[in-house]
Amino acid sequence: MTGSDPREISREGSRRSFANEAASTMAAALAAGETTSVELTQQHLDRIAEVDGALHAFLHVDTDGALAQAAASDERRAAGTPASPLDGVPIAVKDVLATKGLPTTCGSKILEGWIPPYDATVVAKLKAAGLPILGKTNMDEFAMGSSTEHSAYGPTHNPWDLTRIPGGSGGGSAAAVSGFEAPLAIGTDTGGSIRQPAAVTGSVGVKPTYGGVSRYGLVAMANSLDQVGPVTRTVLDAAMLHEIIGGHDPLDSTSIAEPLPGLVDAAQRGAAGDMSGLTIGVIKELGGAGYQPGVLARFSESVDLLVAAGAKVVEVSCPNFVHALATYYLIMPCEASSNLAKFDAMRYGLRVLPEGIEAPSAEDVMRASRDAGFGDEVKRRIILGTYALSSGYYDAYYGSAQKVRTLISRDFDAAFAQADVLVSPTAPTTAFKLGEKLDDPLAMYLNDLATIPANLAGVPGMSLPSGLAAEDGLPAGFQILAPALADDRMYFVGGALEALLQEQWGGPLLEQAPPLEGGTP
Amino acid sequence: MPETSATSGASITRDEVAHLANLARIDLSDEELDHLAPQLSVILESVAAISAVASDDIPPTSHALPLTNVFRDDVAVPGLSADEALAMAPAAEHQRFSVPRILGDEQ
Repeated sequence: MTGSDPREISREGSRRSFANEAASTMAAALAAGETTSVELTQQHLDRIAEVDGALHAFLHVDTDGALAQAAASDERRAAGTPASPLDGVPIAVKDVLATKGLPTTCGSKILEGWIPPYDATVVAKLKAAGLPILGKTNMDEFAMGSSTEHSAYGPTHNPWDLTRIPGGSGGGSAAAVSGFEAPLAIGTDTGGSIRQPAAVTGSVGVKPTYGGVSRYGLVAMANSLDQVGPVTRTVLDAAMLHEIIGGHDPLDSTSIAEPLPGLVDAAQRGAAGDMSGLTIGVIKELGGAGYQPGVLARFSESVDLLVAAGAKVVEVSCPNFVHALATYYLIMPCEASSNLAKFDAMRYGLRVLPEGIEAPSAEDVMRASRDAGFGDEVKRRIILGTYALSSGYYDAYYGSAQKVRTLISRDFDAAFAQADVLVSPTAPTTAFKLGEKLDDPLAMYLNDLATIPANLAGVPGMSLPSGLAAEDGLPAGFQILAPALADDRMYFVGGALEALLQEQWGGPLLEQAPPLEGGTP
Repeated sequence: MPETSATSGASITRDEVAHLANLARIDLSDEELDHLAPQLSVILESVAAISAVASDDIPPTSHALPLTNVFRDDVAVPGLSADEALAMAPAAEHQRFSVPRILGDEQ
């Protein structure tokens, strides 16, 4: 079995393909000898070749590297020494994480052709766990955006409707997973960049407790908000991947010492379906006006399912959440403007000489390079951050935002005293059309309304599919928030809701997606 | 930048944007300046409201996680080799990054 030719699986009537299954199913099939990692990896490379012209989820595909890693995985399994429960299951990585020897662009021209000399800790963990890395996925430039339209390399398209956005900033990872180009992906979430793409593509996305997953090798956007997390098709897959990538890292001084609670165990217990003893808090401020009716309908039906399974539901009020967007759009640009100062054309990245200057100084070259290398949204946020941190404005803007951040954390503390988990729709709308919000930055920022509070407070959040909105037949997401360090609670409730919904749907929501045709859109 | 503690009429002029671009070492074109200033004004107006909520008695949060003084042992560990560090340099010479002149005529 382990030496089989991957081309054999394309013949009619030969053995079963696991290419469209959950990662956990693939893992079981690998263990049982029903498939090989080389076979799985080749199938996904073939799928990428077939549909990525239309999706544009990938910025770089590492065919040789992935197949070599897959072959090594098959050898380990033959020797009886798999490296992890997901050894041999292929994965895609958002292009904001350093991958040694593979280009890492952060969706920006300023890093075009940059090849990191080291692996991010998360990438090193994936390699140690034996997951073949298929390639790097597309994203809004430096993670700034909610639609992947701000990528300097062109947008990614939503597999449900190629004329629509896949969400952002991690649209590439979400499209790869929901388009079956990869069973698993890694994303990052600063204001919702894992959860919102998951919601609009019908996939599962998790932002861990802040500090729960190492940020070493993650190109920083906002240090106090960024987290790396799983992008998958099922809650169990997310739990398995989260357990591999999480944990303390001495290379990241903001990583927490506490070990991860049992996430796979929690997801499996949740799927057994007994919600008695659980209190769910519906956040009053994250709903109502500004939220698409179909999204709200799927949300409240999901809450009803959890109640029918034994949960108690209460309404909680987090009055300062109405200020969360403003708070975030001050804190994040301030931190980002500082972080992006490192792209100065001196040691790495794009270097452009200014026109019309005889012997340009280092500063002249910095100015020209940064103007040429950064896109509009990045420039907007750098300027905003520079303004809010500058003398005379610091207290009114950045200083105020830090105080309102305290108020938002306090709202969470008060809400978690009344409920075990808090829930809301993940995003106010389903996937909008490409180009629809590009000229209106504020309208774009509103996509993050429900996801931002969790980043400000450092609490974990998950989005899983709640169904299709009636108006447009597009996926909507259900967001579950848990107290910091209680990621298992999120997986417990997510596992339960997913099982209840799939029972209604007769299978995963992604089975209802229209078939993807290859080629360019 | 004029000193001010007020955020009323939080809008930003083209000149202010040009000054900020200089601070941020980005050479914005005239078109970019024309385009950015009104967009930034709109954003600033929408965020200015939070200063009213942020009263003096509220402690600021810079970090959601209460970590303090995270140290590692003072033990030397290997870093990047010179070749690795210079591999992506726009220009390198004699095992050093080669950069445009830093000291100007005025120094």
